[in-house]
Amino acid sequence: MAVFDYQLVEDVAKALYIRALCDLPPDVRRALKAAAKRETNPTAQEVFKAIFKTIEIADTHKTLICQDTGLPIYMLKIGSAFPWNGSEIKKRLKIGAERATREFPFRGSSTHPLTRMNPQTSVGEGLPVLYCDFVEDSSRLDILMVPKGSGSENMSRMRMFYPADGVAALKKFVIDTVFETGANPCPPGIIGVGLGGTADLVMKLAKEAIVRPVGQRHPDPEIARMETELEDAINSMGRGPMGLGGDVTTLAVHIETAYTHITQNPVAINTQCWPARRARAKISPDGKVEYGY
Amino acid sequence: MTTHHLHTPFSDDMIRRLHAGDIVYFDGTLFGIRDLTQIYMFDQRHEPPVSLQGMPCIHTAPSLRRVGDRWEKICVGTTTSTRMDRFTPDLIARYGVKAIIGKGGLYEKSLEAMREHAAVYLAIVGGSAALETQQIEAVEAVYWEHLHPEALYQFRVKNFGPLTVAMDSHGRHLYREVKSATERRLPEIYRSLGITGGS
Ligand code: SF4
Repeated sequence: MAVFDYQLVEDVAKALYIRALCDLPPDVRRALKAAAKRETNPTAQEVFKAIFKTIEIADTHKTLICQDTGLPIYMLKIGSAFPWNGSEIKKRLKIGAERATREFPFRGSSTHPLTRMNPQTSVGEGLPVLYCDFVEDSSRLDILMVPKGSGSENMSRMRMFYPADGVAALKKFVIDTVFETGANPCPPGIIGVGLGGTADLVMKLAKEAIVRPVGQRHPDPEIARMETELEDAINSMGRGPMGLGGDVTTLAVHIETAYTHITQNPVAINTQCWPARRARAKISPDGKVEYGY
Repeated sequence: MTTHHLHTPFSDDMIRRLHAGDIVYFDGTLFGIRDLTQIYMFDQRHEPPVSLQGMPCIHTAPSLRRVGDRWEKICVGTTTSTRMDRFTPDLIARYGVKAIIGKGGLYEKSLEAMREHAAVYLAIVGGSAALETQQIEAVEAVYWEHLHPEALYQFRVKNFGPLTVAMDSHGRHLYREVKSATERRLPEIYRSLGITGGS
């Protein structure tokens, strides 16, 4: 087998950031189309028209959909037979994200949390956000890139409920969050909900929930039912696209779960805006790259 | 809902004809401002080097490229307005700004200034920078360059929109109306989800 060239990971990391920013996934496009079809409020209809024009311009001119290019997140699934060197991959992802920022070029948003110094690289200490998972029976490296803008990320919430609060706590938390956040997360987008785990895991679950393609349901029928139930409830609120009133307030509610402690009931919410941006690449050990979403 | 096609500068008459929920497109001049621009203007007392009378101002921090002595657009998007609420009444009363463009809306004092001086808040579709950027024909001037990307920008725009009249000059506030309508529905929504009692 040929030697694996890590330069490829860097190039893919760069390409993925740019692809994610300019090319909206097909499931999100379909969901927006379907949403526009059932929208009856004329003002909201205008919002949808602007959304579709924006997508079209970004497609034709390969430009950014939204000016907030966000913070880069890379979610990795490493195949059991992929001959990887984790630290090299980590290094290359960072360089790739920085190169995307400088070479496209677009505004970098990463900032030191105290001095607020912005290196204009989109990365820095602790960035890009990196998640690694390992999968069996695969020889590929699966990289999912998610640029996360602040308008929607700032609307994240986490609460450690009591076990006795039950699922009602989760439902009320979701409804109240959508009510309070209004126009800020640029609705209609995806409401990601994490349920279970620890304080950190529950937030990660919520993040995984927003990258699940719209139209896919949780495999557990009971959770899937809760997702549709919450979707219907949120869409009966009347907040509408951009909070200006209408029938469509969310495209989807996704819930991801994990086991938790007997005395814990953590719930986290991560909201995603209508440009629910993500891009995926699967790299084979022979250097073949397959792009997707 | 009425759709209006306007041209800058905006007259009081034009503004009074706009009602919450209407859609606006316009041609002409658009000024870009942000937090720092207004801190410089109001807190540090610098008079704007250009007249804003009758003009619209958008809450933005644009990506621009300098080419010789000109500026070219890369990507121009809109930011959340609420942070800049405190400057708005002065912008309207002292400088004659007729429209504030942003997302998320503003508060009571701004609404009051809009009623008194004939001005509106126009909501843009957040996240649609690709569209906004295309509707900007040229960056005509950048004033207070040292503040870039939060300087004072003068853009020339064509068919800029759709913008929703979210706060009109008659005291209507669309965001607030939509929010209270939802608030009235909340008890029913809680019930349908089997949520009982408080939190
Ligand atoms: S919330 Fe999303 S769509 Fe809205 S400005 Fe931020 S990144 Fe763009």
